[in-house]
Parts: sequence; C-alpha cells; structure tokens
Amino acid sequence: MRILLQLVSAIALIATILPSIMFLTGSLDLTQTKLAMLIASVVWFIATPLWMGQPPEQLEHEEIVL
Amino acid sequence: MSENQSQPTGEFEREPVPQKSLLGFKSFIGMYAGEHCAGTELMIGPLFVAAGVSAFDVVVGLILGNALAVLSWMLLTAPIAVRARLTLYYQLEKICGRNLVTLYNLANGVMFCFLAGSMITVSATALGVWFNFPMPGLNDVYPNSIGWVLAVLAVGAAISVVAAYGYEMVSRIANIAAPWMVLVFLAFGIVGLREFITATDSQIHSLGDLWHLAQTSIWKGGEPLAGQVKFTFWHVTFFAWFCNMAMHIGMSDLSVFRFARHSWYGIATAAGMYVGHFMAWLSASVLYALQLHNDPANTDVLPGPLAYKACGIAGLICVIIAGWTTANPTIYRAGLAFQAIVPNKSRFAVTLFTGALATIAGMFPAIAMQLLGFVALYGLLLMPMGAVVFADFWLLKHFGLQPYYAEHSKLSFNWAAGLTWFITLGICLVLVKSGIEINGFQPFQIWFVALPGWFIATALYIGLSKAYQQSKT
Repeated sequence: MRILLQLVSAIALIATILPSIMFLTGSLDLTQTKLAMLIASVVWFIATPLWMGQPPEQLEHEEIVL
Repeated sequence: MSENQSQPTGEFEREPVPQKSLLGFKSFIGMYAGEHCAGTELMIGPLFVAAGVSAFDVVVGLILGNALAVLSWMLLTAPIAVRARLTLYYQLEKICGRNLVTLYNLANGVMFCFLAGSMITVSATALGVWFNFPMPGLNDVYPNSIGWVLAVLAVGAAISVVAAYGYEMVSRIANIAAPWMVLVFLAFGIVGLREFITATDSQIHSLGDLWHLAQTSIWKGGEPLAGQVKFTFWHVTFFAWFCNMAMHIGMSDLSVFRFARHSWYGIATAAGMYVGHFMAWLSASVLYALQLHNDPANTDVLPGPLAYKACGIAGLICVIIAGWTTANPTIYRAGLAFQAIVPNKSRFAVTLFTGALATIAGMFPAIAMQLLGFVALYGLLLMPMGAVVFADFWLLKHFGLQPYYAEHSKLSFNWAAGLTWFITLGICLVLVKSGIEINGFQPFQIWFVALPGWFIATALYIGLSKAYQQSKT
C-alpha cells in the first residue's frame, strides 16, 4: 500500500511540473496548464499525507487490518 | 529566506549532543532544501527586477553569492557546531552571561516578528485575488484599504493561534508541501518564460537565444523603479551571501549543525540556496518582469496575483502555504525568544502576543516592499554576536584569554561581548549613514557593511576581552 501511495505521489509531482513544460513547448494552452496543475496538486495533497511522516510499522499494521 | 521548520530543537538544550543522536547527511539536505522555498522568495525575486538588475548581474551574482553563503556555513558555522555540539543560546550564555543573552533574545524576537509580518503580507496578497480588495503598491508604507487590513488580520490570527498551540501540524504540512512547492516555483518561471517568448515574439533555438531574451526583455538592467535602490552585480552577490547571515555568520545554525557527524555537512545548505535562493528568486522575478513588460505602469509586487496569473489556483495555494508554513515557526520561535525574557508568562500567551505584533507589522506593506533592506538589517543586527562566538571559540586562547568567560567568572553580563555588539553596530550604522562614495560606488551600503563589520567585531571582542579580563583579575 505504501509503495502504491508513493507511486501516486510521484506521478502527481511529475504532473505538477509537466503541464508548464508542455505550455513552454506549445502543447498546452494556459487554461489547460492551470487545470492540470490544480488536479495534480489535489492528488499530491491527498496521497502524500497517507505515507509521508507515517511510521512504516503503522502502515504495515493497517495493511494487516485491511 | 526562511526559518527552520524541522530542525531538531527541544533536545540537549543545555548539554552537548551525544554521538548516538547525530544525524546523517541526507537529513540536512532535506531540511535545507525544504526550508528555503519560503513565501518571501516571491517578494525578493520581483524586488530584484524593481531594483533594475541586469541578466548577468542577477544570474552570476546569485551563483557567486549563494556559493559564499554555503562556504560560510561550511567553514564558519559547522566546524564550531560539530566541536562544541551546543545550541547558539547555550554557547552565548557561557560567553556572554544570562542578561546579555536575554537582550540578544529580545533583538532576535523583534526581528522575527517583522520577518513573520512580511510572510503574513505575502499570504494576504493571495486573499486579495479571491476577495478583490485594493492591495498595497510598491512604495506604500501604510495599509491602503479596510479589505487589506482584514485580510492580514485573518491570516495573522489563524497563523498565531496555530503557532500558540504548537506548530507540529504546520511543520508536517510544510514537509508534505515542500517538494510540491519547489516544482510550483519552477513552474512559475517556466510559464513566465513562455509568456515572455510570446509577448516579445522571440524565437528560441539555442541557449544563446534564451540569454539574449533574458538580457533584452527579462532582466534589462538600467535604472531602478521609483523609490528603489539600484542593484549591481555586487549588490546581488552580497545580498545572496548575507540574507541568511543570522544563520551562518551569525551562528544561529549552530543549533542545527550540532547534530552533524562532520563539518562538511555544511555543504548541504547548497540544496536550499540553489533551489530557494536561485531558482525560486529567478522564477518569481520572471513573473514580475512579465507584468512590467505587459503594463509598465503596474509596479505592484503582489505574489498572489502574480502566482494566480501564471499557475491559477495551484499558484495561489502555493503562495498561501509558502507564507503560512514559514510565518508559523517564525512566530513560534519569536515567542520562545520573548518567553525567555518573561519566563513567568505562559508560552501560549506569549506566542499569541508575538503573533499579534507580527500581524500588525504585516499590515504595513513597507516591511515586505523594502524586504531587501530589512533582510540586510536583520543579518547585520545579529552578526556581531556570531563574530563573538567565532573569536571566543578559535582565537581567545591564542591571546592567552579565557573563553566562555561569563561561565568561568559567573558573570550575568560580559561587557566585552556586550560592548562589541553595540560598538560594532554603531560603527556600521555610521558607515551606512556616511554615504561614502568611491568612484561612484558606495561600499558601505547596508548590503555590504556587514563584511567589514565582522572583522571590526572580531578585533573588538579580542581587544575588549583582554582589557576586561585583565581588569577583573
């Protein structure tokens, strides 16, 4: 579960910066860039607190419970 | 600019850090990289543009100035920290005595309040985008609308209450937000660059083309905006070097590096300098330069609207979090500094009082709009005590003098250290006021004077210690 959450966070981080690079190359317009950044930001702030700063033991315990 | 959010305080405050509690190199990399992407970076970048910097001056000046800052941490702060392994406050108490440390705490607390005030100002500009009230201009000193006052009050009250309850939660949010914030800062620069390319109808096919755009459209140099001081290569270099002077030359980060295994861990500060004080400053400055390019009459430095235009709501959230997560520990630490002066008052009450002071300061845009000068003053004010720590640790024994003299002689106020502080500041302020000019250059402006000031303070402390210690014996 922890690895999956970390993967989601990593994708969210990439999706935070990628729209601006696509805007630079002309692949996205500014409105699309802002929307994509917002979605990526929301995903980052939902996924990351679930693993960052959480002790691994607690997560493992939760996995057992689940 | 930043305050330490995750430094391991609260432990070993009156004893050396034991071997088993030392931290690895990665801890320091993460700590510094996250801390130096603060709300104030969004003010400093634009203020460089308002000060009329050229592309070479800002890019090369920041590379050099940040390198000097890293070297200061590595060669001045960390070597003492890993040998003494004490907090700055405890080490100062041993040197200066309790009463002088109390005075130092007062000065530190007041400066923290103003710094937190400017961070509250930054966050409040984000509310202006949502509620559309008139916001202050570049040269405004006083609050200019009821909406502005209410916005600062709301942000300041929220930050103060959270800080009073302890900032563990905010510290956690800061840690979670840090990697994301760094990328949003980078996105500010990338989006601003694209907009510049479109606005100037430029063709970028090589790094040379990009540099040409930077020189001719982004950082054009020339005269500063009205009310601003012209920044040259040396201004940028010294500003980047000294903007965290309180932390390195001023020795505040002894409290951080006492946990380091080796003094070379000081190089970890490069992560903070080149992310926050290079990339973030340049990105924010690109946004402001774009605003001036599109409307030269719009000189307002308002991080909220700048971020919103570039990156929408994600940009606004970044401004709020960047200001909030850095103002919070600053208020908390200012509260701790003040509480040392009035130990019978609860930390909760003192922190609320501190937050109220910071909030009032934040209502006055002059502090944030003159941040380049304020930051230099902040470093200058605390620098002499860093020189005292340096001289006491490395030099006094060579002159046959007693280090940690206050502890040794059970003094509550070491006049050698106190006079060093006051006289150095007096000399520096006289030099700044003198306006001495050599070949059209003013070498004693507030951004430069701390360099000769450090040598003056070191020499003064040795001389005054000799006289003071001999008079006592």
